[in-house]
Amino acid sequence: MSQTSPIHPEDAKKANEVFYASQWQLIWRKFRKHRVAGICAVVLMLIYILTMFCEFFAPHNPLTYNTDFVYAPPQRIRFVGEDGFSFRPFVYGYTKTRDMRTFRDTYEPDPTQVFPLEFFPEVAPYRLLGIWEVNRQFFGVQEGYIFLLGTDRMGRDMLSRILYGGRISTTIGLIGVLLSLVMGVVIGGFSGYFGGLFDSIVQRIMELLRTVPTIPLWMGLSAALPEDWTPVQVFLGISIILSFQGWTALGRQVRSKFMSLKQEDFVVAAELIGSSRSRVVFMHMLPSFMSHIIASVTLAIPSMILGETSLSFLGLGLRPPIISWGVLLQEAQNVRTLNLAPWLFLPGAAVVVTVLAFNFLGDGLRDAADPYGGG
Amino acid sequence: MLGFLVRRILQMIPVLIAISALTFAIIQLPPGDYLTTYMAELQMTGEAIHEAEIEALRQRYGLDRPILVQYTMWITRAVRGDLGVSFEYNLPVSVLIWERIGLTVVISVLTLLFTWVVSFAVGVYSATRQYSIGDYLATFAGFLGLATPNFMIALILMYAANRFFGQSIGGLFSPAYVDEPWSFAKFVDMMGHMWVPVVVIGTSGTAALIRVLRANLLDELNKPYVVTAKAKGISEFRLLFKYPVRVAIIPFLATVGWTLPLIISGETITSVVLGLPTAGPLLLRSLQTQDMFLAGSFILILSVLTLIGTLISDLLLAWADPRIRYE
Repeated sequence: MSQTSPIHPEDAKKANEVFYASQWQLIWRKFRKHRVAGICAVVLMLIYILTMFCEFFAPHNPLTYNTDFVYAPPQRIRFVGEDGFSFRPFVYGYTKTRDMRTFRDTYEPDPTQVFPLEFFPEVAPYRLLGIWEVNRQFFGVQEGYIFLLGTDRMGRDMLSRILYGGRISTTIGLIGVLLSLVMGVVIGGFSGYFGGLFDSIVQRIMELLRTVPTIPLWMGLSAALPEDWTPVQVFLGISIILSFQGWTALGRQVRSKFMSLKQEDFVVAAELIGSSRSRVVFMHMLPSFMSHIIASVTLAIPSMILGETSLSFLGLGLRPPIISWGVLLQEAQNVRTLNLAPWLFLPGAAVVVTVLAFNFLGDGLRDAADPYGGG
Repeated sequence: MLGFLVRRILQMIPVLIAISALTFAIIQLPPGDYLTTYMAELQMTGEAIHEAEIEALRQRYGLDRPILVQYTMWITRAVRGDLGVSFEYNLPVSVLIWERIGLTVVISVLTLLFTWVVSFAVGVYSATRQYSIGDYLATFAGFLGLATPNFMIALILMYAANRFFGQSIGGLFSPAYVDEPWSFAKFVDMMGHMWVPVVVIGTSGTAALIRVLRANLLDELNKPYVVTAKAKGISEFRLLFKYPVRVAIIPFLATVGWTLPLIISGETITSVVLGLPTAGPLLLRSLQTQDMFLAGSFILILSVLTLIGTLISDLLLAWADPRIRYE
């Protein structure tokens, strides 16, 4: 009778991999199991690349207006036309008719005007990210016009505006979160590490800020931004206002982590062998809950993006000439405009997709942040 | 319990003072003070400026005194019910705001109830039928609800109603009732319009609460006492509602602290889009015209109401959950 060894060498190898894996390797392993979170990470990367290099991807300048095409509907990209199939995608031009009763233009696709798409066409030189001089774009048409997502009330290209707006909207989320993170870690960390009177004062302040309804508070603060500020100042001002409440959530989390870690054996041991306070905090405590912080930060970004969108929508946040998703949605404020041009809603779709992706990603990260827990 | 109540109310006092200080700071933030704005307003309309009147106003609001004195004067008057004057409407603030605040409270309370009912039903379903199609649908709808800004939901609803049913769903009253005094018929009419803002504002809170309830209930369902009860032969339905649901329902009360600010926030922006006669549109208007006494009063009262709501929920929580001690 042959005996089977209780441990297969294969299994042992696998087990060893787990035993010797670093915490970050374990986290990565667990994260990869989250399909949706992985897909969302890719989607977000795409969004950031598209908006970061919007000068390259956008077919038009977002500020150029064109009175010939006011509220023009989106053009469809076609491969099959009247002359049959073509490998080069193309769009049809419009025929414009004016309704003499309402004086509104209506546009119909016109199969006789065919504008083939051109990839990487040469354009007037521009500075990519303000650094490199480039004279090519992602796509465009040599003759005719192309408005893949339609135009707004001044005939400006919606696709380009959404891409440029995305750059502002997605960055304001990052900057707002960065500010909240710094404040949250510093204040929450101090209050958790030292406790006592400082801790109870900080606790009360956090409670206070959490009870004040966000939007009225934001509205009040942003109405106070001086009218004559430059766009950059307004941008920074809004980021600060957004993080005014945002830091409390992160601060509370950092505080509770510090409180619970203070009693842990490894922290006590580090203190006993004479490590300095900053060494204990930065070398031992911070790394052990870094992953949690990253997850919460990811989950905090969407609320910043939503905040900016809401404020700008109300006309209290960013103002034209800055383009952000919220500023674009201001154009979609009443039902009459929406009936006329439903594509003005598209910046809203961009917001929803981005926020959704951040939420799913944050969820996956939060699960992976604790690689020793069940599952 | 009485001791807990008293202590909880005493704890509110510093928070109230801090909120009023924050509000006062917001009132003071824009450049210039109440009088310079008032004078500019008079000049714009071409009215004569009476030195004596200006001097009287300056005295009344203590505008030449230090900021701390001004704050004390403002807050003492506010406690007595005098919230200052709106120079845009040339009326005392208290005349302008109470009906609007009242409607805001009605909408908020209804929204809270809506949130509870829907998230209870969906949450229990999701947890007991984990990984079923319904659960996935609920989870996805929840995420979508969290990701869509309130004003977008309002706009989409309005667009859809207009496009497919040819109806306008904005406002809170039918045109016939707008300027009528309050009557039962007007109340009924208002309730007919109420569902739109309630659904719009409630969506994100409901989505969040479903997730909390689902997670809590799943935790409970895997505990040994549930297995024991099942082994004992208690019917599924009775078991579910007698024990785990009772435990998992605690977040309904415990999270009012953050659902209520969320609802008031959502109410502010939704009512602007839907054109409701509540606090939101007037707050926005007052901020745009820098009518700061009006704006500040709104922020102050909305915050205080939120605080009171949180207090009530804490008391309910202490009453409902015997594990919470209130020494």
